Amino acid sequence: MNGFPILSVMLAVPAIAAVACLFLSAQTARTTALAATLVNLALGVVLWLNFDVGGAQWQFVENAPLFGRFGWALGIDGYALLLIALSVFLMPICIGASWHAIEKRVPEYMSAFLFTEVLMIGTFAAQDIFLFYIFFEAGLIPMFLIIGIWGGANRIYASYKFFLYTLLGSLLMFIAMLYMSITANTTSIPVLMAYDFPAHVQTWLWLAFFASFAVKMPMWPVHTWLPDAHVQAPTAGSVILAGVLLKLGGYGFLRFSLPMFPEASAQLTPLIFGLSAVAVIYTSLVALVQADMKKLIAYSSVAHMAIVTIGLFAFNAQGIEGAMMVMLGHGLVSGALFLCVGVIYDRLHTREIARYGGLAINMPRYAIFFLLFTMASIGLPGTSNFVGEILSLMGAYQVSTWTALLCTTGIILGAAYMLYLYRRVVFGEIKSDEVRAMSDLSGRELWLLAPIAAVVLWMGVYPESFLAPMRKDTQVLLARINRAQPAGDSKPTRGTGIIPSAHAEPAHDNPASGEAH
Amino acid sequence: MHSILFIVFLPLVAAAIAGLGNRSLGVVPAKVITTGALFVSCLLSWPIFIGYLSGSAEATVTPVLHFITSGTFDVSWALRVDALTAVMLVVITSVSALVHLYSWGYMAEDPDQPRFFAYLCLFTFAMLMLVTADNLIQMFFGWEGVGLASYLLIGFWFRKPSANAAAIKAFVVNRVGDLGFMLGIFGTYLVFNTVSIPAILAAAPSMAGSTIGFLWFRADTMTVLCLLLFVGAMGKSAQLGLHTWLPDAMEGPTPVSALIHAATMVTAGVFMVCRLSPMFETSPTALGFVTFIGAATCLFAATIGTTQTDIKRVIAYSTCSQLGYMFFAAGVGAYGAAMFHLFTHAFFKALLFLGAGSVIHAMHHEQDMRYYGGLRKEIPVTFWAMLLGTLAITGVGIYGIGGFAGYHSKDAIIEVSWAAGSPVASMVGVFAALLTSFYSWRLMFLTFWGKPRWAASKHIQHAIHDAHGHGHDHAGDQAHAADHEVHEHGKQAEHHHGDVAHEDAGHTPRVETRGFNEIPVGTGGYHPHESPLPMLIPLIVLSIGAVAAGFTFHGWFIEPDAGERFWKGAIAFNEHLMHSMHEVPLLVKLSATIVMLTGLLIAWASYIRSPSTPAKAADTFQPIYRFLLNKWYIDELYNFLFVRPAFAIGRLLWHKGDEGTIDRFGPNGSAWLVQVGSRVAGRVQTGYVYTYAFVMLIGLTAAVTWAIAG
Repeated sequence: MNGFPILSVMLAVPAIAAVACLFLSAQTARTTALAATLVNLALGVVLWLNFDVGGAQWQFVENAPLFGRFGWALGIDGYALLLIALSVFLMPICIGASWHAIEKRVPEYMSAFLFTEVLMIGTFAAQDIFLFYIFFEAGLIPMFLIIGIWGGANRIYASYKFFLYTLLGSLLMFIAMLYMSITANTTSIPVLMAYDFPAHVQTWLWLAFFASFAVKMPMWPVHTWLPDAHVQAPTAGSVILAGVLLKLGGYGFLRFSLPMFPEASAQLTPLIFGLSAVAVIYTSLVALVQADMKKLIAYSSVAHMAIVTIGLFAFNAQGIEGAMMVMLGHGLVSGALFLCVGVIYDRLHTREIARYGGLAINMPRYAIFFLLFTMASIGLPGTSNFVGEILSLMGAYQVSTWTALLCTTGIILGAAYMLYLYRRVVFGEIKSDEVRAMSDLSGRELWLLAPIAAVVLWMGVYPESFLAPMRKDTQVLLARINRAQPAGDSKPTRGTGIIPSAHAEPAHDNPASGEAH
Repeated sequence: MHSILFIVFLPLVAAAIAGLGNRSLGVVPAKVITTGALFVSCLLSWPIFIGYLSGSAEATVTPVLHFITSGTFDVSWALRVDALTAVMLVVITSVSALVHLYSWGYMAEDPDQPRFFAYLCLFTFAMLMLVTADNLIQMFFGWEGVGLASYLLIGFWFRKPSANAAAIKAFVVNRVGDLGFMLGIFGTYLVFNTVSIPAILAAAPSMAGSTIGFLWFRADTMTVLCLLLFVGAMGKSAQLGLHTWLPDAMEGPTPVSALIHAATMVTAGVFMVCRLSPMFETSPTALGFVTFIGAATCLFAATIGTTQTDIKRVIAYSTCSQLGYMFFAAGVGAYGAAMFHLFTHAFFKALLFLGAGSVIHAMHHEQDMRYYGGLRKEIPVTFWAMLLGTLAITGVGIYGIGGFAGYHSKDAIIEVSWAAGSPVASMVGVFAALLTSFYSWRLMFLTFWGKPRWAASKHIQHAIHDAHGHGHDHAGDQAHAADHEVHEHGKQAEHHHGDVAHEDAGHTPRVETRGFNEIPVGTGGYHPHESPLPMLIPLIVLSIGAVAAGFTFHGWFIEPDAGERFWKGAIAFNEHLMHSMHEVPLLVKLSATIVMLTGLLIAWASYIRSPSTPAKAADTFQPIYRFLLNKWYIDELYNFLFVRPAFAIGRLLWHKGDEGTIDRFGPNGSAWLVQVGSRVAGRVQTGYVYTYAFVMLIGLTAAVTWAIAG
């Protein structure tokens, strides 16, 4: 890119637009926000096209010393590229989803969203540990505001819960970062990623980061803020929360916990596996009995994120790349599912599942999109989530067959709660006149859902586009953490080539070997 | 060999056009495009099959697109064609094309036809992807794709609660099998470091005798892998334990039952075992399990089939039972015989289902055989077609000369399992053949013989007293189905917003258990009509298959020399075993024919000669009769063991876990925190956010200063 500071520009565009929005009228603010996010999407495409797949680990590096060792250090690898791409892709869709739904304090709302975008991109692009911290923690402030101001009836409780959980985690992480920067005498993330902390220190540092990332993830049992936050957030808030904010925890594990504390990661893998396996079964069963659509999808997110964590801590390529694919896929699919909920919420103003039914009759186009995203959420092959889930679970199987078995039950339970949801909302007879009066997708709504649908299918059929940028990073990461890799529980022995004594098989004088050629 | 690309992808294109175009495309274009695509696929498939029959064709792999690469895990989309695939290709495309054509007539009054045809085409595409898979992941893609299509088609009449419940049940029960399949794939990759099928099969023999850790135990590697994969096969092929979805799947339109739930999708499990046969050959334990499950299902499903009164359910249990035959053939190592039965079964079972559909069509959607009777002369083409189908499934033939399709394939299974040293499986097969003959003839006698008992049928009354006065011509199946619902599901309807458990309990048999002979005789003035030509042509074509598929093809499928040349290593064809099949005692060879005649006699005696016998027998053996009528109470058992507990535990975890424990001791923990929280929140809506930001910034500034100073 010949030194063009594209990452800084991608931060500047929404930042400037966010400030500008505050001084504009509602309609102009909407247009400005949409324009800014579309510009960033275009920049994101440029970024991706110029990313040298398989080239240097860190690309588009910018480094401007501010004071002391603290600097404006940006740069991305493949993981960051993909997550930035996800963010800039979802942003215009969020603005579009808020076009008519938000009526009060529109300029402030648009501004909050644009700031979220700045902070998300900043988090993924930061190469300085404190710069990361600022973006990471500040990213939640606009979210508090979005839930607290534009949220539903019980928004105060929801944002309060969100706040409490987050505060606890970030304090511990902050102390750990402080310790690290002093001990290693650097604030550079790439340098820290190659720095070896003593094993007993690693454990404490790992736990401190874990406190923050587990909440963001969210992992069981610190997940209870998520359903409330989703239920109270406006549609676009839920989209960005599920689509991007939930990826911060996974990104944190990938960027900090694994490369910086490989021994501690290996040592605490059983903890991650245990919590994840519980999460899959626990939250799936809870999702099954929800009467509120958003709550159901929120609980399903917790289950999906558990698949991410087991993949990350599988210490192999399939697990890590699968975890990234689940993050991307889940970002798109759960975002789209929240949009689907938003579409009918805008018409009937309720999230209660029982009030709907029979939408396939008067909203056939909606039914198709909802079906696609439901199936993607279930992990049907040909959709984005399948690729991630199968890789992630396959990775986990190589370490722990128990974990793989327990987490794979998610495919059964996931099918049960999603199809049960779909059936109650879309199938059956129309039960009330207000439902009968609901109109099918408008042009605007179609434009929100169709691009996501296209990418979901693209990721499902040709995931190579998304796997290629991170392949190099995975190799680097594995080279770093291989020394701590836990042994799997399968340990197959070498075969003897002799088929174990057959019972009642006299006809097989020449076992199958002859047929295999 | 690029015709395979057209064979596989034409249905996908047609499905996309018809599905996305939907109503704006119009009914006729949608039907023409989808049906046309299938006939083209079918015409392209037969030359491939004939190529293998003549022995000139070689296995090919046509690469399509890169798929997933992650570490050493590498899979591509590719279309593999060998003898095994070729067999499946002709079965799938032929039956699918005929079912498309049949649906022109059967679905003529449905307003949603484009959607229906798009689903059928989508199914065909997924099934073709399954059988052309060169690696386990693509096979799983097809596996799930047919599951999706099956879900959509079972629930095609989405206004019916029972159809929706059946669709979900089919998907979820299949997913239980998929759990095994997925773990099997993971284990296979772990052991062989690849998921390419040829590579696995080549390496499998050398892994025999190895052990592997799985959960808490260590066991023979190949046994673990094969059993895990076989669990997937059990789900898709509705084998004992995971069979409960198949009878309920009859909620779908009858052409769907013929295509998906008889001829093709449910045989995917058998196909999988045959495709991986060199792998299964390395584990006698796994093969023993396959034999056991196959034989048990074969018998179990046949017993239930003898008591059901819904014509489609009888055929569904019959399918389940016939799949059992295929599995135990595979289990004893006779993969050729398993595939042969799959092949012939596809024709005669599709024929029986489509015939049943024709009867249902003629009887104004009455499916209860007790309200049929005497239809032989009213719908003669359907009658003859179903008669041929029945002769095929019961295995009518003369020793030394030949017979209908089932005579060749089923008898081969009974003989080969005897020859392979599994006399128990063989005898179970013989007994199941007795039951098969009985329930098949029972179906025929109740439907086509005797006196008409139509007058008592609610559906017929509905047709006659139709206020609009167009008797046979009712306004769309949806409306009708919904109407039907009121009669049959009144009790369930009131629950259907509440607990899914009620509906997933399965389609409970009708409460009234009157015997057919207690139903008043009379036509009620109703005149059944023979079905239109688009429905009759498929019946006629399939009849030819039911008559001729056996004696025409048995050489290539199961005879030692010709079979070896035909299969060319596509399955683990055991020439020696197929030889020894001919050396079994004469009694074994004749046993199937003997029990076939016995079954026919019993059915004739009970349903023609003295029609009061069945009711008397049911009274005498009341507990057994109830047990069978209620399908061994397996639905009730699963409901009690899994469905209800899942909901109850979910509720418990939500209220007692999340709300009662985590939130209580977490965020809502101390009164102090709650007070602070609400006070801050109450004062300024979002005041604490600023506090948070402020604290964070102060801390950060301090930290940065510290870091710089240090």
